[in-house]
Amino acid sequence: MEQVLANGVYLGAQYALIALGLTLIFALMNVLNFAHGQLYVLGGFVTYTIYGQLGLPYVVALLASAVSLAIVGAALQGFLFGPVIRRSQREESTMLLAAGIAFLLDAVILLLFGEKQRGVPKIVDGVLNWDFRVIMPYDRILICALAIAFVAAFILYMQYSRTGRALRALAQDRIAAELMGVDVSRYSMIGFALGAMLAGIVGGLLVTITGVNLGMGGPTSIKAFLMVMIGGAGVISGAIAGGFILGMMESIGLSVLSQYGDVTYLVIFASLMVFLAIRPQGLMGKPWG
Amino acid sequence: MSRPTRVVSARLLWVAAFLVLVLLVVPWTIEAAGRTDLYYTLTSVALLSIASAGVWLTFYIGRINIGQGAYALAGGYTSAILVTQHGVSFWLTLPAAGLACAALSVLIGLPILRLRGVYFAMITLVLTEVARLTALALPITRGAKGIVSIPLPGEVALFGVTIIPDFAGLANVKLGFYYLAAILMILCFAGLWRLVNSRLGRLCRSLQQNEELASSIGVNIAYLRIVIYAISSFLGGIGGAVFVAISQSIYPSSFQVKDSIDFMLNCFLGGLGYVFGPMLGTLILYFGWDLLFETGRFQLLIYASLIIALILLLPNGLLSIRLPRHRRGGT
Repeated sequence: MEQVLANGVYLGAQYALIALGLTLIFALMNVLNFAHGQLYVLGGFVTYTIYGQLGLPYVVALLASAVSLAIVGAALQGFLFGPVIRRSQREESTMLLAAGIAFLLDAVILLLFGEKQRGVPKIVDGVLNWDFRVIMPYDRILICALAIAFVAAFILYMQYSRTGRALRALAQDRIAAELMGVDVSRYSMIGFALGAMLAGIVGGLLVTITGVNLGMGGPTSIKAFLMVMIGGAGVISGAIAGGFILGMMESIGLSVLSQYGDVTYLVIFASLMVFLAIRPQGLMGKPWG
Repeated sequence: MSRPTRVVSARLLWVAAFLVLVLLVVPWTIEAAGRTDLYYTLTSVALLSIASAGVWLTFYIGRINIGQGAYALAGGYTSAILVTQHGVSFWLTLPAAGLACAALSVLIGLPILRLRGVYFAMITLVLTEVARLTALALPITRGAKGIVSIPLPGEVALFGVTIIPDFAGLANVKLGFYYLAAILMILCFAGLWRLVNSRLGRLCRSLQQNEELASSIGVNIAYLRIVIYAISSFLGGIGGAVFVAISQSIYPSSFQVKDSIDFMLNCFLGGLGYVFGPMLGTLILYFGWDLLFETGRFQLLIYASLIIALILLLPNGLLSIRLPRHRRGGT
């Protein structure tokens, strides 16, 4: 049982970090970013190139992942989402654009890095063995701790920095924020960059454990959508709760339901449907009118 | 001749021209040019446009549906299982697949149709992935091995008269499937056109514009949503079932997230305001993708860039109707 809980926390920490980026972009722009999983894969490949290929220290690689994805995110907002949002009357066209960007990023990743599964050397060796009740490699513990640290840093940044305050104001009420002197287009770009950066950081963290391949993007986006649905779209605490709940459910499901075959996600989806029938806005989302 | 009669006769002329084009001119041209591979392409376009028509219908009540792949998969598996394991004729499994999907969609639709906008879009996207995982996990669908070597559709005879010949005995199976898909597509879009121009269609438009207002006037929105979603899923199931009959096999990956997104793109591209939009959109996207095959590994890059460029240049151009209900900013 301890092992299951430990696995749940480990999965939950990374899931929460993925969901945070998605929900941040959604809260600020009302854009459902289909390309989030692809951003994550891109982050993984950047770390793979710098740490695995060039042999530079892991910290440098992680930093490079964060910075390059932030630039990609800002560029996406500046050149694609921004103009489309300004000119179109329908929120669906941003969704269409996001789907197009997901295809584009897939194509770019395919051309730049190929379709093979890529892995990097372990960053820490050894396995923690606590009386055979919890067995976990040290690198997983390190990644889990890093993920939690990044989540905490993100919350603190959103809560106490000037930028964070502006972003929260923007998420709460776009027009009121603009009237109070928040530069909407600038902070939209910062918000998008921040969301993409979070995806890149998770990619950089997880490449050390699971490796990275082109096909991971779509399923990752779908998991992120699940978490956001559980926690409530556009709410930061909801994304964290959703991430940990999904991680825990996956971990428990894999151990309890394994004798029935691979039905964990079916059960998760069925329970999500029941849950949404009772509470359509998710755990912490605001009801819409 | 009075004006309404003229409009009706002009419309009839268009329909007749379209029928002649699809049923006579296209097969004749293909035979003359010797490009029989085009049969498969056009058959696929016809079937995908049926499934896209379902997605279009859910757009019509103001829901973004990215879950049609799930129903196409469910319909395909229903038909495949009935044919291979119970020996039912394909022609009976076709409506059965549609009805099974409709029943399933009522069950799933009851909770999720309460969601709106991006929330509905997200949950339907998840649904597609769950359908794939279910097909992998259940014993009856035989997991990743899939169901293969499904027999071709058999003969249908009424009082000893052959209505539909045995497909296995046909000299040109591709032509047979082309006619099957084309006739189904014509029936589907005729039905869709009739639905949109009926009382039900008007009620759907009221739902698209403002659900609360429609409800306060006395429209039973919960019932209407379920009915439309069931029809939409029925079409998805039919499309999937015929696809399985053509490829004679089905795997969990036959319809996946990419297909669901494609169905949505077809509708957007063709125009959400026009009944025949999905047909046009499917034709353009499918042929566009096929034409880009020449570019080899740059195919996806060019395709995606073209889609993005199209949205950038014409953010409202192809999307002619507006949904004033959706406000931007905040949740």
